[in-house]
Amino acid sequence: MNLRRDVFQAIADPTRRAILILVASQSMTAGAIAANFDTARPTVSKHLQILTECELLKQQQNGREIHYQLNPGKMKEIADFIEPFRKMWDDRFNKLEDIMKNFKPNY
Amino acid sequence: MERKTKIHAEDGKHDLLITREFDLPLQLLFKAHAEPEIVEQWMSTNVLKLENKKHGGWQYETRNDQGIVVFRANGVIHEFIPNQKITRTFEMENTPFDVQLEFLEFELLSETTSKLSTHIVFRSVELRNQMLALPFAQGLNMAHNKLQNIVSKLK
Repeated sequence: MNLRRDVFQAIADPTRRAILILVASQSMTAGAIAANFDTARPTVSKHLQILTECELLKQQQNGREIHYQLNPGKMKEIADFIEPFRKMWDDRFNKLEDIMKNFKPNY
Repeated sequence: MERKTKIHAEDGKHDLLITREFDLPLQLLFKAHAEPEIVEQWMSTNVLKLENKKHGGWQYETRNDQGIVVFRANGVIHEFIPNQKITRTFEMENTPFDVQLEFLEFELLSETTSKLSTHIVFRSVELRNQMLALPFAQGLNMAHNKLQNIVSKLK
């Protein structure tokens, strides 16, 4: 029987969060991903399996190699990839607007 | 609520565009980028240096409650045209991120409204995507901490 995997289980582990951040910018092979961690290769494989099962990662066959990449559709369940960046600037600009609306010019 | 800040980032390109319209006269929008005391408030950082002129330098620094520096960035101003344009470089210190080039353009829309367009050019597509992913990654950590808090309350 398959254990039910969901995105919250996937992000509940710091190594898995680090993997998601790694592949956010480019698709990578399991070996290239594992090279970023001190943990044993099978441990990283297990993390990749969990991330794939809950569809946060997609596998792509490139010749003999399997590349892992983010599944943007599924990532929307946590947050849109660019949305936090947009929100950061939106918050700053909202603050700027509030401050300047109350600004008393000296002229 | 309407999303006023827009991010335009095309796939496979090493730049991005941030646009925002403000309910502020152009002069006030520009002032908020030129006066160190005002920049400090909306950027939530300390302005160590802000030399608003060609070849001038700038440096921002953010400390946490314990007084430890958590963010420091600096750059050089290449162009400073009041109420029109600021061209500058941006470099985050002690990070693997390379220098980026920023063009800030200020536009009059009406007596009481204005627009800021920030065009940022990165050295590579990867660097741009990593920069875009930074708040996303921090968000993931926060989401996890929240989850952990909820779970620990259930125990």
